[in-house]
Amino acid sequence: MFDYNFHWRPVMKSLPDLIDAALLTLQVAVLSMAIGIIIGLCLALIRLHMKGPLYWFATSWVEVARNTPALFQLFFFGFGLGAFGLHLSPYLIVLAGLTFNCAGYLAENFRGGFQAIPETQIRASRSLGMTAWQAYTRVVIPQVFRIVYHPVTNQMVWAVLMSSLGMLVGFRELSGETQFFASRTFRIFEYFAVTAVIYYVIVKIILGASRLMAARLFRY
Amino acid sequence: MIEIRDLHKYFGALHVLKGIDLEVQKGEVLSVIGASGSGKSTLLYCINGLEVIQQGSVAVDETDVHAKGTDINKLRQKLGMVFQQWNSFPHLTALENVALAPKIVKGKSRAEAREIAAKQLAHVGLGEKLDVYPSALSGGQQQRLAIARALAMEPEYMLFDEATSALDPELVGEVLDTMRLLAEEGMTMICVTHEMGFARDVSDRVAFFHQGVMEEIGPPEQIFGNAKSEHTRKFLANVR
Ligand SMILES: Nc1ncnc2c1ncn2[C@@H]1O[C@H](COP(=O)(O)OP(=O)(O)OP(=O)(O)O)[C@@H](O)[C@H]1O
Ligand SMILES: [Mg+2]
Repeated sequence: MFDYNFHWRPVMKSLPDLIDAALLTLQVAVLSMAIGIIIGLCLALIRLHMKGPLYWFATSWVEVARNTPALFQLFFFGFGLGAFGLHLSPYLIVLAGLTFNCAGYLAENFRGGFQAIPETQIRASRSLGMTAWQAYTRVVIPQVFRIVYHPVTNQMVWAVLMSSLGMLVGFRELSGETQFFASRTFRIFEYFAVTAVIYYVIVKIILGASRLMAARLFRY
Repeated sequence: MIEIRDLHKYFGALHVLKGIDLEVQKGEVLSVIGASGSGKSTLLYCINGLEVIQQGSVAVDETDVHAKGTDINKLRQKLGMVFQQWNSFPHLTALENVALAPKIVKGKSRAEAREIAAKQLAHVGLGEKLDVYPSALSGGQQQRLAIARALAMEPEYMLFDEATSALDPELVGEVLDTMRLLAEEGMTMICVTHEMGFARDVSDRVAFFHQGVMEEIGPPEQIFGNAKSEHTRKFLANVR
């Protein structure tokens, strides 16, 4: 009834390639998060403080990013732009798609973080003679940073896992590379099992590092 | 000296201060009393420029608070303010709370700022709590922390906006004692307060606000013993 024979040797032989691909996964996730954080911060501040076209632009971004499948967002940067003659490399498609998605989610986290700081904290800071900039950077942002710390960590994990969609636009990150080897050797189960373990280990390392850093950063 | 001339303040269509004229001399302690919504907090915000005004003027030591060319951040260093909600900075220890502004606003060195902070915390009776985060302090202690934080800028005037209203009754005393101490040391103070005992015992003058107008101002004996305005007498009869 169960006569599948496991063959792990091919997987082990391509392990170095898989590790390389895992590093590529990590790279694209970290980059999209770094850019996503900057854009997300801008989107959040625009939505909090501005009206008019910029507000609507930021709001649409957040709405689309959060309420449509991430895969479609990737496809937009791949086939969507492709239809208009703009062909991005698989790497750029994944980077742009992930960044778009992360920025949307992060923007909402940041907005909530800013809203959680009472206006009176700014008043108190200003009454001490601080400039608006000082009040923001020394009083508001450090508190927002703590509020969004765990959501940002989760988003980082999400970015790593979501980057596996890259294999559907021909990007040979960890999943794409696995798919490539699996279809060549037909050891599909073995390859994806090992890759799942690699994803698991990456995520655990991120969460562990984040916890360690939090313990050092937040003493209150 | 703080000089307020014909001050009008609107929030949209709402006329909150309707022509206030007031002078507060160096060394004076003025208490401001009045019903909720009569414009007491707004008056303080107009004095340190946290609110803009629509008519009239406010001058602190002859500097026009609301003039275009005024360096408001510099002027505010003269005007310490303590709020009803104590507003400690939760991410900083007591010492860091107090040391922050001297360091970044006045440009003191880290060591100097911490020294000033430690001194002011001892001054308000928190000398044992330097490295504690606000979350581990009681409301009364946080309010004294807020006082120390304002004092660390070496202000010449202190504005208190109902510094004790948000406190549990048993914690009111310690904050009033700290304010009393400041008054005895000669600090110029404007205290918006609901503590009539404090207003009577500590202040040189008491001002009664009613619907955006300063109805009456005078020594405590006059306001509490022999008020001229009907509104003042009514208000005091109700709070007693
Ligand atoms: N930022 C604001 N926007 C609009 N209206 C405001 C604002 N701040 C205060 N007001 C209104 O101005 C009036 C005076 O408010 P203010 O806070 O100065 O009163 P108060 O005398 O301090 O009262 P309380 O004893 O309740 O603190 C009130 O009617 C209040 O609703
Ligand atoms: Mg008030």
